[in-house]
Amino acid sequence: MDEIMVLAEHRGGELRDITFEMLTMANKLGKENDIAVTAFFLGHEASDLSERLKGACDTILLMEDPELANYNADQYLMAMETVIKSRNPTLTLIGHTAMGMDLAPSMAARLSLPLATDCVEVNLAERRLDVLRQIYGGKINAHLTMKPSDQYLITLRPGSFDAEVEQGKSADAQTVPAPSWTDLRGRQFLGYLEAELEDVDIAAADILVSIGRGIGKPENIPLVQEFADSIGATLSCSRPVADEEWLPKSRQVGTSGKTVRPKIYIAFGISGAYQHQAGMKNADTIIAVNTDPRAPIFTIAHYGIVEDMLKVLPLLTEKFAK
Amino acid sequence: MDIVVCIRQVPEVTDAELEINKEGTEILKEDLVMDINEWDNYAVEEAVRIKEAHGGKVTVVTLGNEDSEDVLRTSLAMGADEAILINEEGFELSDAAAIAQGLYRAVRDLSFDLLLTGVQCSDDGWAQVGVILAEFLGLPYASLVVGIEINEGTMIVRRELESNTEEKLQIPIPAVLTIQTGINSPRYVSIMGIQKVRKIEIRGTDSEELGLSEEEIGLKGSSVASQKLSLPPVGEGAEILEGSLDEICEKTAQIVRDKGVI
Repeated sequence: MDEIMVLAEHRGGELRDITFEMLTMANKLGKENDIAVTAFFLGHEASDLSERLKGACDTILLMEDPELANYNADQYLMAMETVIKSRNPTLTLIGHTAMGMDLAPSMAARLSLPLATDCVEVNLAERRLDVLRQIYGGKINAHLTMKPSDQYLITLRPGSFDAEVEQGKSADAQTVPAPSWTDLRGRQFLGYLEAELEDVDIAAADILVSIGRGIGKPENIPLVQEFADSIGATLSCSRPVADEEWLPKSRQVGTSGKTVRPKIYIAFGISGAYQHQAGMKNADTIIAVNTDPRAPIFTIAHYGIVEDMLKVLPLLTEKFAK
Repeated sequence: MDIVVCIRQVPEVTDAELEINKEGTEILKEDLVMDINEWDNYAVEEAVRIKEAHGGKVTVVTLGNEDSEDVLRTSLAMGADEAILINEEGFELSDAAAIAQGLYRAVRDLSFDLLLTGVQCSDDGWAQVGVILAEFLGLPYASLVVGIEINEGTMIVRRELESNTEEKLQIPIPAVLTIQTGINSPRYVSIMGIQKVRKIEIRGTDSEELGLSEEEIGLKGSSVASQKLSLPPVGEGAEILEGSLDEICEKTAQIVRDKGVI
């Protein structure tokens, strides 16, 4: 059937932004191809939440079951299989999120669907699908043409489309029964774990001095700390620095860490993977220091310095010592 | 606890300026340093730690060419016991599903309690292979794993979600887990360490032995018809500060002062 299906994502009674971003994209493709957009919503006692998608799609498909209260690959796979086999949507959209990365590949394998993950642009014309992906850590763009298929599956990178989805539709709400849970593999959801108490709240800082892989070794951190102190800034970091435990996880800016919006964000030796950008791109002023002029961080920074951060730091500290 | 770890050799691109071949199908790799995919390095370390705590053996598997032997040797030096090289150049342009198919043929007859691999590769970044392998093998799985606690016949794993949140799951064994960076601190491997494992024989296999037809590998075995690479446009965005280092720092200091928050 000619249909674009969006798998709604929600957690703890809240819809995730990616749901609206996917609907923005689906509605655009739907309009261009004259195809209806369906939001598929899995949950438990979630009809009120699903209603919030009413203005942004043509059909809301609601499957409710106690087993669907929280995302679990076992149940979601069965639910998706049931619905996709009965409706045969032309295109199914899932977020490239912790949920979608867990679900989409196995679903594609189970249903023999062509899958392109982590797409930032998607074009559908005459049932042919082209996508844009960023590979090699955002240093290369890859334009992919998929082989012709009646059905495609993609995961969409968060932040690629506007979460302020245009309203104006009035979706028809339908319910579909949950399948009998016969083919589960014993994965059990036990609960969510929130971050532990933190030493500093980086989201509250006016100025963040942030370090990435370019710091090289933990022995260089005092150099950055000294600069941060000279301007009253708080120290934050990108993922590799937290992975190495050179700074605590609570200092990590990005998708899996914190989203920050300081007045000034100075990025030292951060290449700017999209997960990092997602956490800081709304800072008022972004200054980036990186040796690679093609580092993705320069596409969102306001000011760029193509230099070795370790040379820049002492001199910069001196400028403020005067 | 027998563990299989699927790993991959990738070019190290963090500090490299990349170039694309004339056809626009691949980046030029001649001048790039090849290394084990960062996520897979954490997966190997995790496997070795589980072995050290619970016994058993660790087998590393990679799909690539003869050069990929390097990442197998590194893994052996880290503490893996056996290594399998699927020597098949034809996989170069495979998408994730075709790569997973190749690995599946090599691991399906192995006996293991856990199969680990990295969440994704730093090159293509599909983040698919481990999860597809789980489906092919009919095993329970979890992706983005940042913590594993092994119990009798089952384990508790923590998955990384967004916004400093994790998810706690119980998963029966055997299972497939994809490993996120930061789960541990991978041990350093010295040249001496690699020398020591030089004598360990690497088991070689290829698509013929694994019964893979030409239709199942490379672009033919993929859902992708064609791939055209380009460098993202530069100059959009940042105003690059020019001048001597001192001038640049002076300008930067001025920008910071002008914001009036100091």
